[in-house]
Amino acid sequence: MIPKRRFDAVIVGGGGAGLRAALQLAEAHLKVALISKVFPTRSHTVSAQGGITAALANVSDDNWHWHMYDTVKGSDYLGDQDAIEFLCRNASSAVYELEHMGLPFSRLDNGKIYQRPFGGQSQNYGGAQAIRTCAAADRTGHALLHTLYQRNIAARTQFFDEFFALDLIRDADGYVLGVTAMEIESGEPWVFEARTTLLATGGACRIFRHSTNAHINTGDGLGMVLRAGLPLEDMEFWQFHPTGIPEVGSLITEAVRGEGGFLVNKLGEKFMANYAPNAKDLASRDVVSRAIAQEIRAGRGCGVHGDYVDLKIEHLGAEKIKARLPGIRELSMQFAGADPITDPIPVTPTAHYMMGGIPSNLHGQVVSPAHYGPEEPVPGLYAAGECACVSVHGANRLGGNSLLDLVVFGRAAGMHMIEYLRENPIPRPLPLAEVEKSMARLARWDRRGGTETVAGLRGEMQRVMQDHCGVYRSEAVLLAGLEKLTLVAARLTDAAIHDHSKHFNTARLEALELENLLPIARATLVSALARTESRGAHSREDHPGRDDKQWLRHSLYFCQNDQLDYKPVKLKPLTVETFQPKERTY
Amino acid sequence: MRFRIYRYDPESIGKPRMQDYEIEFDPQGKKVLDALIALKDGLDESLTFRRSCREGVCGSDGVNVNGRNVLACVTPLEGLKQPIEIRPLPRLPVIRDLIVDMAQFYQHYRAVKPYLINLEPEPESERLQSPEERAELDGLWECILCGCCTTSCPSFWWNPERFLGPAALLQGYRFIADSRDQASGERLDFLEDPYRLFRCHGIMNCVEVCPKGLNPTQAIGKIKTLLVKRAL
Repeated sequence: MIPKRRFDAVIVGGGGAGLRAALQLAEAHLKVALISKVFPTRSHTVSAQGGITAALANVSDDNWHWHMYDTVKGSDYLGDQDAIEFLCRNASSAVYELEHMGLPFSRLDNGKIYQRPFGGQSQNYGGAQAIRTCAAADRTGHALLHTLYQRNIAARTQFFDEFFALDLIRDADGYVLGVTAMEIESGEPWVFEARTTLLATGGACRIFRHSTNAHINTGDGLGMVLRAGLPLEDMEFWQFHPTGIPEVGSLITEAVRGEGGFLVNKLGEKFMANYAPNAKDLASRDVVSRAIAQEIRAGRGCGVHGDYVDLKIEHLGAEKIKARLPGIRELSMQFAGADPITDPIPVTPTAHYMMGGIPSNLHGQVVSPAHYGPEEPVPGLYAAGECACVSVHGANRLGGNSLLDLVVFGRAAGMHMIEYLRENPIPRPLPLAEVEKSMARLARWDRRGGTETVAGLRGEMQRVMQDHCGVYRSEAVLLAGLEKLTLVAARLTDAAIHDHSKHFNTARLEALELENLLPIARATLVSALARTESRGAHSREDHPGRDDKQWLRHSLYFCQNDQLDYKPVKLKPLTVETFQPKERTY
Repeated sequence: MRFRIYRYDPESIGKPRMQDYEIEFDPQGKKVLDALIALKDGLDESLTFRRSCREGVCGSDGVNVNGRNVLACVTPLEGLKQPIEIRPLPRLPVIRDLIVDMAQFYQHYRAVKPYLINLEPEPESERLQSPEERAELDGLWECILCGCCTTSCPSFWWNPERFLGPAALLQGYRFIADSRDQASGERLDFLEDPYRLFRCHGIMNCVEVCPKGLNPTQAIGKIKTLLVKRAL
């Protein structure tokens, strides 16, 4: 008999979004279980550096509507304007709330929260640079994650650390009634039954060979959703951060440029002026990444292989670097062998963030096409954070909007779950056949004697995605990639693991993670092939222009037969006028 | 490169043992974690360790390398004496191979009430805090809970249940030092105990090993100073 626990809410994932939602529920005295495959403060939110964006106007004149304009423009008009209004309107209160919780923000001389300029930020709808990103030195994610975890300790949230979620449990009427999971230490399966389930499992950049992401970013929630027959939205849009350390992948925050750093090529030219005459180094991330890629292609990259550019901040002086960018200095010295006080930091565009994900609405409800339209809520199922696609980031996310997304939609999801629980007080019967299906999937890895290894297949998948789905794409390259990926995925049936211990079996864990990564890689290639335009982070060399007539719409990928569906972008905000799509320059 | 790694699986019969490994691996620019992953992927899938961020900020991969507690992901391979000996963090129960049971460590962390306590009504915007007040928190809030310090502390080895250890005490002081916190008295009451706090004898192993360059001994000293001041 599989051990079963019953809660009001089960939250999968212990990063910023999961912890924020858990806090809302626990403070409402509901029974909430947070299951996480790592101890919560090991979640990838901890790696966020530069800050969280909110128009507090502590430094420059500012308001939420300007933030909204920048986010809509940054999304290359693919973001849903109702969701973006919701995000920006709630930003200041979300940041003040974090401050009240104890987050150790850096401070201005007048005692208010420190803010710094970030890419794509403007005053007055495209005017002068705004200074909008609130920061705790360059470790804002660490500060945010630890603060939220600490508040959850105070609220007595029940944590199930080092539990790996396997599958959603969904009944015949489409209600989600919890998840199956594996306790990593014992290897034993568990059933978590709950009337509401929130997926907050983060991103999946581990489909790429080089990424800024943690090893744990394997898109587990996305795999669960696909297996449940639900779609993923806008999977062609992956952000390549302009400044990752080559090979290693570690992120060098945009705050480095916000504080005054700039990029140079091997000739020492500040090339960003050629690509974004106004915003220069603080143009949107997709723009800067393409500029670096073009400099490298034109033979103006630095180093023996000419495969990176230099990021310079010496001119800021040792004191400012130590006060404002201590974490960056540490990373640069550890992983690039360069002390930015005296040397430039080598950087190259690196897979960083998944704009797409599990389709959800303003309340964090997962939505899917059904009888009555393209956005029918899946009862009992919620998603928030990077794994969700609301969509506030559209085709390109602005820096500082990701931590904001976590807390705004983590809170919104928590609030709606409370409402749902009041309206649905009676638990529905658990479909045991679904649980058994999940157990069979787990048992598959007990098999011995395969010819393929998990690490081998993962490496091949990562190479395919790196080579065939990078900053620039084309039909021929994507098609070849899809062919290769199909072959790699087919070999999964011949894979086996050689560690059959039940206890803390990380080989088995990596196999289960690979089962999540492969369909995500496939969703990416299929969605990218179909979108015959260039928008935000999706740059098709064979379709260089943005095509609003045909493509002002979201992709929906279903894993059954690689089926694609589409739904329109929501251009109508909640209360203000639409920002009409126009040409996007910086 | 040559490695000697601590192996223990509760399922297989027998005691923990040290296993020798040898692989072709260019250590240039690489860290201990890179080698562990290469061993697991290429040679022995059953080798078990925790890892997440691989850049020294999440605190998952604290291990003991050649006798010193470190984060595997930021410890360069170059310059390490071979065979490189890798063991789990000392004094905590081993679950498997390099994975220790951190329950005791987390329990001490929770015991110091590691959250801001302020019962005033919340203002409309942020609570003000001067840069000088905020600077008091530097060197405290950056702790990543990796456990390197606490498991290197002889006082913790002797009294793991009763002495809170450097990591928890550092977090205890992080809230005492926060100008926004109103529970210093209560916090000091809890810490004024021959074991919880006063088992620290200033051995300073914690300072020596902290991968983030923090100074728990100094924070503990400040707590003691506050207790003395309060008593006068």
